[in-house]
Amino acid sequence: MGSPAPKYATNEGVIDAVRAAIGGAFVDGVEAVGEVAVTVKREALVAVMTALRDKLAYQQLMEIAGVDWPENPERFEVVYCLLSVTKNHRIRVHVWTDEEKPVPSVTGIWPVAGWLEREVYDMYGVLFSGNPDLRRILTDYGFRGHPQRKDFPLTGFVELRYSEEAKRVVYEPVQLAQDFRSFDFMSPWEGAEYVLPGDEKAKLPEAKGAPTPLKADEIKKADAPKTEAKAPPPTPKVTEKKEDTGAGEPANKEAAKKSAGAKKAPPKAKTASTASKPATKKPGATPRGKK
Amino acid sequence: MVDHLQELEARVDAQNPTPGDVEIQNYTINFGPQHPAAHGVLRMVMELDGEIVERVDPHVGLLHRGTEKLIEYKTYLQALPYFDRLDYCSPLGMEYSYVLAIEKLLDLEVPLRAQYLRVFFAELTRICNHMLNLGSHVMDVGAMTPNLWLFEVREDCLNFFERASGARMHMAWYRPGGVHQDVPLKLLTDIGEWLDTRLPRLFEDAISLVADNRIFKQRNVDIGVVSKQDALAWGFSGPMIRAAGIPWDIRRAQPYDVYDRMQFDIPVGTKGDCYDRFMVRVEEVRQSARIMKQCLADMPEGPIASLDRKVVPPKRGEMKRSMEALIHHFKLYTEGFHVPEGSVYVATESPKGEFGVYLVSDGSNKPYRCKIRPTAFSHLQAMDFMMKGHMLADTTAVLSAIDVVFGECDR
Repeated sequence: MGSPAPKYATNEGVIDAVRAAIGGAFVDGVEAVGEVAVTVKREALVAVMTALRDKLAYQQLMEIAGVDWPENPERFEVVYCLLSVTKNHRIRVHVWTDEEKPVPSVTGIWPVAGWLEREVYDMYGVLFSGNPDLRRILTDYGFRGHPQRKDFPLTGFVELRYSEEAKRVVYEPVQLAQDFRSFDFMSPWEGAEYVLPGDEKAKLPEAKGAPTPLKADEIKKADAPKTEAKAPPPTPKVTEKKEDTGAGEPANKEAAKKSAGAKKAPPKAKTASTASKPATKKPGATPRGKK
Repeated sequence: MVDHLQELEARVDAQNPTPGDVEIQNYTINFGPQHPAAHGVLRMVMELDGEIVERVDPHVGLLHRGTEKLIEYKTYLQALPYFDRLDYCSPLGMEYSYVLAIEKLLDLEVPLRAQYLRVFFAELTRICNHMLNLGSHVMDVGAMTPNLWLFEVREDCLNFFERASGARMHMAWYRPGGVHQDVPLKLLTDIGEWLDTRLPRLFEDAISLVADNRIFKQRNVDIGVVSKQDALAWGFSGPMIRAAGIPWDIRRAQPYDVYDRMQFDIPVGTKGDCYDRFMVRVEEVRQSARIMKQCLADMPEGPIASLDRKVVPPKRGEMKRSMEALIHHFKLYTEGFHVPEGSVYVATESPKGEFGVYLVSDGSNKPYRCKIRPTAFSHLQAMDFMMKGHMLADTTAVLSAIDVVFGECDR
C-alpha cells in the first residue's frame, strides 16, 4: 500500500527522456522516494528549463527552494519544482552555487520566478543574473544577512521595540534572558562529545582537601581487643587461565592436568612468591594514625 | 498686428505656463500595511494615472516570522503546530502537506479510518475557509449581509473542529501516521445532519443574495481577467487556475489518502475573472459537502493512526500496562522519531491552491530544511499584471478573489 502521499504519473523513463532533451547540461539524475530529481549544470539552466517546458511539457514552475550545505565547496543547492499539468508529473531540477557565482534567472521563461528568486536571494544570498528586480522580499527593510543560512543564528542579531523616549521603533542587539538550548538526544554512553551537566568536575584531577573519612570497619575503638589484622589472601584471585579455577589448590591441579595437553601449566610457585610480600597498609588509615 | 500679438502670447506661455497648461503626472499611493481589505498586513505601492492603476508593487513579508528557520530547530512533531499558523483560515489544509511529506519519507502506511477522517476534515476546512473568503469578498465590494450569514456557517465549522480536536482554530490534529484522536460518533452524526440541513440553507441563502446581483456582477465580471497561458506561466493553482478554465485539481489528478474513492466535480471558470473565481469557490463548497457525505457513508471502523510505535505514540491506557509502550511514549515525546535521509516535494490541494512542502531530511530527528510553498506567493505576484488598467476600487475585488492570507504568504 505504501504512504498515502499524492500519486502521479510513473517516473519510468523520465530520467532518460530528460537526459535526451537537455544533452550535455545533464549532471546527475536520481529517482528516490518516488520522485525524480535531476542535477544540471548551472550555466545551462535557462536552456534546460526551456527544453523541459517546451519538449517535455513541464508547463508550471511551482517552487524554487534553496538549501544550504555549508560543508560543500558550492554550498547552496537551488531546487526548482516543476509540474506538468498535461502529463500529470512532477520533477525537481537542482543546481549548485556559492555566494558569488550567480544562477541564471528563469524569469524569462516563467514570470512567477521573479518573487521565488527574490526569496532565495533574501534567505540565502544566492545571486540570480537576469532577474530585473532582485530586492529582498520577506525580511525587514534594511535587514542585513541571510537568515536561512545554517551559520545564521536562530535568534538573529537585532531586535526591535518601540522606544517611548525616542518616540520611534529602535533596533538593538538581541539580549536573551536564557540561552537558546538545543538538545541533541545523543546517548551519553555512546560517545557524546560534551560534558554532561553535573559532570563538570569528573575529569579534573582530584583537588587537595579533607581526607577521605574512614569506613565503619576501619575505625579502631579504644577499648577494642588488640587483634592481629587478618592477612590478605597471599595470591590475588585471578581466573586468567584455565588452571585458575578459584576452587582451591586441588581443583587447580585437576584443571592443570586437563589442559596440560594444550599448554604446560606455569609454575604456581612464581605467582605465590610475588604475592607473598607483606600486605601494604591501608591508605585511608594513614593520615588519621599520624595525627 | 494680430500675428505679432499671438507670437508674443506664445513666447509668454513658453516661459511661464499658465495653470491650464500644467503637465499631469502619475502619482503613487500606499495601500496598507493596515487596510481592512488587505486581508492582513499587505503594503502595496500603487502608481495611479488618475484613478487608473498603472503599476502595483506589493510589499510582503510584514508578517514574516521565520517559520522555516524555526522548523529546522524543532523535531518533526514539534514543527507541526507551526503549520496551523501559516494559513490560519485553513489550518488542517496546511498540516496535510506536511504530514504527507513525512509519511512519504518514512514510507509509512496509514489506516483507512485515519485517511477518511483526514479527507473529511480537510473538506470541512475547505468549507470553513471559503466561508471566510466568500464573505469577505462580498463585503470588500460593498455588501454586508452575506458576510454575516456566512460567518454563522464558519462558526459552526469552528465548533466542529473544537469538538474533534479541542481547539477552534489551531487544531494540530493531523499526525504523521494518522490523526491525533478519534472523533465521537455523535460528532459525525451532527456534522452529517448539519450538511443536510443547516449548511445548504444558510449558504444558499447568502449566495442567492449576491450570485445574480447586478451590483456584485458590475464589481466583479471582467475584472482581473487571466488567460490560461498566463495562469500557467504565473504558477497559479487551486481556484485561481480553475477559474482560468484549466480543470486542474490535485485531489483528482494526484489523489492522496482516499480522494481516489470520492466522486466530485471540478468546477471551472469560463472567463478567468473575479466573478469566475468567486463562483468556482461557491461550487467547491457544494462539492466539499458531497465528499464529506461520502466519507460519512464509507468511513470504516479501526485504528485512527498507524500502529508503528516508532512513529506514533501509544494510547494512554496501553502505557499503564506495557513498559515498552511507556518507553516508546517517552522517546517519541522527547527525542522524536528519525526520518530517513532524502528529500520530497509534496503538494496538496489546500483551499487556496497548491500548498507544497519541500522537506529535506538528513536522517536526524529534525528537518534539515522545510521549504513551504505558499499559495498566495505566486497569486499575489500576478497582482501587477491583473491590476494593470483597472480602477483603484477594483483592487479590493482582485485581492479578495486571490484569497490571500499573510500568515502563509510571509511565513
